Amino acid sequence: MDNNLLTQIVFYFFAVLTVGSAAVVVFARSLIRSAFALLFTFFGVAALYVFLGADFLAATQMVIYVGGILVLLLFGVMLTHKLYDLNLKSETFQVLPAVMAVLCAFGILSTSMLHTRWHGGGQSPAVPTTAVIGELLMRDYILPFEAASILLLVALIGAAMIVRRRSE
Amino acid sequence: MIGLSHYLVISAALFSLGIMGVLTRKNAVNVLMGIELILNSANINLVAFSKYSAGNISGQIFAIFVIVIAAAEAAVGLAIILSMYRIVKTVNLDRADTLKG
Repeated sequence: MDNNLLTQIVFYFFAVLTVGSAAVVVFARSLIRSAFALLFTFFGVAALYVFLGADFLAATQMVIYVGGILVLLLFGVMLTHKLYDLNLKSETFQVLPAVMAVLCAFGILSTSMLHTRWHGGGQSPAVPTTAVIGELLMRDYILPFEAASILLLVALIGAAMIVRRRSE
Repeated sequence: MIGLSHYLVISAALFSLGIMGVLTRKNAVNVLMGIELILNSANINLVAFSKYSAGNISGQIFAIFVIVIAAAEAAVGLAIILSMYRIVKTVNLDRADTLKG
C-alpha cells in the first residue's frame, strides 16, 4: 500500500514536470529558455515510458530526443540568431483565438477519453522489452524497418543538399 | 491507482500545448518545438495503449517508427529553416512571404 502511494506520487511528479515544462516551451519569451524546457519535457516523457514498462523506448527517447533532436534544435536557435543577441525573443501572435481553439480541443479530447469504456485485456506485466522488440523488428516489421532506414538516408542527404552553399 | 486515462489526459495536454506553440509562435524553430511536442503526445498514446492491451507490444514498435520520422523531420526542417535564414535573413514566419501572390 505504501509502495503504491509512493508510485503515485512519483507518477504525478513526472506528469506535472512534463506538462509544466511543455507549457514553458510554449509560453516562454526567450527561445533558449523554451529549448531547455523542452529538455525537461523529453525527460518527463521518458519517465512516463518507464511507468508504462517500455524500458527500451525510454532509453531511445533519451538518446534520440535529448541527445539528437534537442541538440539539433539548439543548433538551429544559435545559427539563426546573432550570438551577441542575448535575449533571443520570440514574438507571438493570434494568442486569444489560439487559446480558445486549444482549450476546445483539449476539452473534447479529454472528455471523450475519460468517458470511453476502453475494453483492453488488462495490463501487461513489466518485463524487459528489448529482446521482443528486436525480434519483432527483424521478423514481422522488417519491411517498415527497411523503409525507415531508407527514409533516414534520404533525409540525411536531403538535409545536406538543402543547406549546401550553391557554388556559382 | 494509475490507469490508462491518466496517460491519455497527459497526452491530450501535451498535444494541445503543441498545437498552441505551432499556432502562436512566429519563430520557425519554436514551431518545430511545438511539432516535437505533438509527436511526443502521440507516442505516449501508442505506448499507453500497448501497455493496457495485455502484452501486445506493437504500439511500442509504432512509437519507434514515430521517433525515427521525428528525427528525419527535425533534420530536414532545420535545414529548410537555415536555408531560409540565409536567403531572407530572418526566421520570422510572417516575413517569409516570398511565395505570397
